[in-house]
Amino acid sequence: MNLRTFWMRLGLASLVVCTLIVVAFMAALLFDLSWQGIPVLSWEFLTEFPQKGMTEGGIWPAIFGTTAVTLLATLLAAPLGVACAVWLEEYAGEGWLTQLTRAAVRNLAGVPSIVYGLFGLALFVQGMRMGASVLASACTLALLTLPAVIATTQEALRQVPRSLREGALALGATRWETTYSIVLPAALPGILTGVILALSRAAGETAPILFTGVAFYTRYLPASLFDEFMALPYHLYILATQHHEPEAVRPIAYGTAITLLLLVFLLNLGAFILRAQYHPKKRL
Amino acid sequence: MAMEEQHCLQIEKLHVYAGAKHILKGISLNLPRHQIIALIGPSGCGKTMLLRSINRMHDLDPNIRLQGSILFKGRNILDPRVDPVWIRRHIGMVFQKPNPFAKSIFENVAYGLKINGLKDKARIRAIVEESLRRSYLWEEVKDELDKSALELSGGQQQRLCLARAIAVSPEVILLDEPCSALDPISTAKVEETLLSLRQMFTILIVTHNLQQARRISDYTAFLYLGELVEYGPTAQMFEQPQQELTYNYLHGRFG
Repeated sequence: MNLRTFWMRLGLASLVVCTLIVVAFMAALLFDLSWQGIPVLSWEFLTEFPQKGMTEGGIWPAIFGTTAVTLLATLLAAPLGVACAVWLEEYAGEGWLTQLTRAAVRNLAGVPSIVYGLFGLALFVQGMRMGASVLASACTLALLTLPAVIATTQEALRQVPRSLREGALALGATRWETTYSIVLPAALPGILTGVILALSRAAGETAPILFTGVAFYTRYLPASLFDEFMALPYHLYILATQHHEPEAVRPIAYGTAITLLLLVFLLNLGAFILRAQYHPKKRL
Repeated sequence: MAMEEQHCLQIEKLHVYAGAKHILKGISLNLPRHQIIALIGPSGCGKTMLLRSINRMHDLDPNIRLQGSILFKGRNILDPRVDPVWIRRHIGMVFQKPNPFAKSIFENVAYGLKINGLKDKARIRAIVEESLRRSYLWEEVKDELDKSALELSGGQQQRLCLARAIAVSPEVILLDEPCSALDPISTAKVEETLLSLRQMFTILIVTHNLQQARRISDYTAFLYLGELVEYGPTAQMFEQPQQELTYNYLHGRFG
């Protein structure tokens, strides 16, 4: 074996080892969660309220709360983010306003989620008098996911070949008609994927909802947008670190973790299926 | 007056700059009505630039500056006050690479009609069929109009793009090397289509294929380094070119 072959083999080996390390951590995490969490799952666990100081019963209000807040956040973030991305990509051109908007979006993506939480507390809960509520949390989460929605939408729009736009323009379409009837449909799979991935990230966030609406325990499901709610990630945090009998609620904590994981997994699966369905038979 | 009526489009002293580069240097060219005019010349001579100036495709590119005038229906279409949408309604374009929309065959042809406000379904159907017949695609697709246009072959896609362009009944059709991505059989079909369309449209075609220019065009314009070297009836140009440069190009001495 000469020196070049030796370096080649060593390089390859280190790639494989690094990959294995990553896979090992993933596998350990999933195995532990599944091993301890899946036996806890049952119909009752998923559909009942917590009982006896959370040591028994289920996590239904947390599932409901997380789902409601995440969906609402998406409904708020998707139109705003897509509109912003379309403006940036299709209309803005190059100018100081565009530069400023791009910089703002990039920086927004780097803001820690706890800062979003405090900002939401100041703006939505207090400033706009929403109180600690489903709505305030959804607004905060929407803000958090906006940069991701904008970035993925921009990317999807960039993938639409220029020749398609020109084809529509050459037929006498206005830029607006070209955008909504040709460019947006072509970019839709990419946009949907981005939105769903942002949504699945929002579902797992704790910090942004901490001050804006999540409750330690509620006896009822939120009846309006202005009620407090329970959420899976916060519930898990409480069970794992704040409960007076951590050992007794450990199985429920595992059950909560695996439920959250499954919820996110289902969302990602949805994104995958959507993408596959809308994917044109052939790219141009 | 009578003379001008014969010309569908008059290009006068057209200069095009891309950034600091002077790409077209004072082109003057009249397009006679209902004729096929071929635009030939080596790569980079500005053929495509010229073509895209005629339907203001350069509008989207802030780097490109146009000077001179292009008269069409009594208006100078380079005037920014002239609506590019109006221009493109009357001056259609087919691109080098087929670019059908990710819609059905029917919707591709109907697209231009719909955005121009035609609502009558029966009429749309009739025009779609007629346009597909004119581009000799009807027989191949009449039973699968709802199929995605992306499933057609390259040659079929290009004829679909042609059908899409003629559906809105423009006066001029610009074609940018429409056959360069096609095999010889598809090319022959597109050429046959173009010849039959001459009765209704004025056709300006950019081509690298000299044989193609000779086969289908009535007039040929030879462009070299941004200047119009020679322009005249195709037969005369190929048999007795007036310029030495033209002669050399036609005989493969360069390009």
